[in-house]
Amino acid sequence: MTVTQERVRRPQALGAADPRSPDDHGALRRAVGRNLTAYGFLCAALICFALFSWYPMIREIVLSFQQNNFVDPGEWVGFDNFRTVVADPAFRSAWLNTAAFSGLALVIGYAVPFVLAVVLNELKHAKAYLRFVVYLPVMLPPAVAVLLFKWFYDPGAGLFNQALDAVHLPPLSWLDSTSTALISLVIVSTWMNLGTGTLIYLAALQSIPGDLYESAELDGAGLLKRVWHVTIPQTKLILLVMLLLQIVATMQVFIEPYLLTGGGPENATVTVAYLMYQYAFNFGDFGGGSALGLMLMVVLLVFSTIYLRVSREEAER
Amino acid sequence: MRTLVSPLALRTPHGRIIYWTVLIVTVVGFTGAFVFPFFWMVSGALKSPDELAQIPPSFFPKSADFSVYKEAWDQLQLGVFLKNTALYAGGAWLFTLAVDVTAAYALSKLRPVLGKLVLGAMLATLMIPPMVLLLPTYLVAKDLPVLHLDLLNTPWAIWLPAAANGFFVFLLKRFFDSIPRELLEAAEIDGASPGRILWSIVLPVSRPIIGVVSILSVVTVWKDFVWPLLVLPETDKMSISVGIASLSAQMPQNVLIASLVIASLPTILVFFIFQRSIMAGLTAGSLKG
Repeated sequence: MTVTQERVRRPQALGAADPRSPDDHGALRRAVGRNLTAYGFLCAALICFALFSWYPMIREIVLSFQQNNFVDPGEWVGFDNFRTVVADPAFRSAWLNTAAFSGLALVIGYAVPFVLAVVLNELKHAKAYLRFVVYLPVMLPPAVAVLLFKWFYDPGAGLFNQALDAVHLPPLSWLDSTSTALISLVIVSTWMNLGTGTLIYLAALQSIPGDLYESAELDGAGLLKRVWHVTIPQTKLILLVMLLLQIVATMQVFIEPYLLTGGGPENATVTVAYLMYQYAFNFGDFGGGSALGLMLMVVLLVFSTIYLRVSREEAER
Repeated sequence: MRTLVSPLALRTPHGRIIYWTVLIVTVVGFTGAFVFPFFWMVSGALKSPDELAQIPPSFFPKSADFSVYKEAWDQLQLGVFLKNTALYAGGAWLFTLAVDVTAAYALSKLRPVLGKLVLGAMLATLMIPPMVLLLPTYLVAKDLPVLHLDLLNTPWAIWLPAAANGFFVFLLKRFFDSIPRELLEAAEIDGASPGRILWSIVLPVSRPIIGVVSILSVVTVWKDFVWPLLVLPETDKMSISVGIASLSAQMPQNVLIASLVIASLPTILVFFIFQRSIMAGLTAGSLKG
């Protein structure tokens, strides 16, 4: 409805002069006044965005090519900062761990919310309870959730080893072993973020027209076939959007290694964001840290760009 | 409405058995995965350190000792942390609304020259996660350009960056765009100023989206960890998450767990009360809105 109206009459700004007005001076004055008012309304936002979003982007690039002690003006050093961080043995680990963390989070955490949503959508009882409960961990402050799991991972009396013991399985060393530390971080991260995906998928599933399932069933499609040929194609774009969002989110992983492992054991859980933090705040090297930040930014921009394309495509549907 | 499984199949005895099995498995599974950790946390806090270290663990605490909560409150100065966090979240909320609502209104209804460019530049910030800009943003807070103010350890270090939120501007602008022009034109003809129109016409009809933005902004600031960790390093200024994390190493296990329980109460309480708005906010983004 609104679309057709807008085609007929291009929306005008409030207070915009009537183009047929005979008094051109008045029109000009009004246009200037309108712009002044508008920028008056905008100025607070412009200042906040300039200081904390736009300027930092430029500053990051500048910092990563400078040697800086923040007393004297920074000294341009070309790619020295990049060479320093790339030569760091932790650099390789950090990227591999970040990629592994994202990959494992996809393996463990990507399909699960979708499956849960499909099941939840079929249930006619306990709906409110299940929806509430699945989102509960999302509401916890992440630091609280992570510290809670730190206790669960305790190799002695921690909940997880006790549970393994109860079913007669050998205990694991969780955070203390190079082979299980990273996956332990993935488990916390998945637990505390699962609810978001589940509820978003659930909303998407509810918009699938029922007659699609009906006709598929009439054509003799079984349950799994209906999921494959109706549910998944109908939610394809949201699945893709969530995939990209999850990659971008998990590649910034910081709080889990910061609070659980400190990057150890033997760099097994160092991530790019954590290494960036260490460079700046433990080694006092903002140049190296910014170089890492810039590299991560470029990688994430690739995914963000694809995300933008996909979500625009969806908006047009 | 018809879903994946047809209502007919559910009515057969076979279908009913499957349905109830799936239902019970789901309820038990969800309770185990998402509620049990909370139970374990609350009951764990009531156990003595000895009982916590005991193998196998006791399911219920032997003697519920509620004094641990008082101990956590005093030893970790949780009162101070909670008050700080409330100040940061509350101020960020007011700032976010004041800054983003006026900006969205200007971009949606006043449409100045270069307005599209400004909007584009604000939305572009969504492409770059704040984490990768952590260091330069920290330096800005430490030494504000031009004014050379040090915002570290002041609430401004939380409030100002919180207001620079492209997603909120986008949500608000999209809502304002849907307000019919006739409503505003009538007021304009009556001689109402743009500020007056915003206050008495736009804001009252925009309550749903303002509710969503309000809750999102408060919860985001409340849950944040990395930014307050950097910009509020003084113990007396710390937010609840950072405070507990930085003091966690020196605490007896049961006191730490009790403090985790206390720290998780506010957001969970908010969720109980504003569940509807929070879930609406979840799908308010790009998805079919």
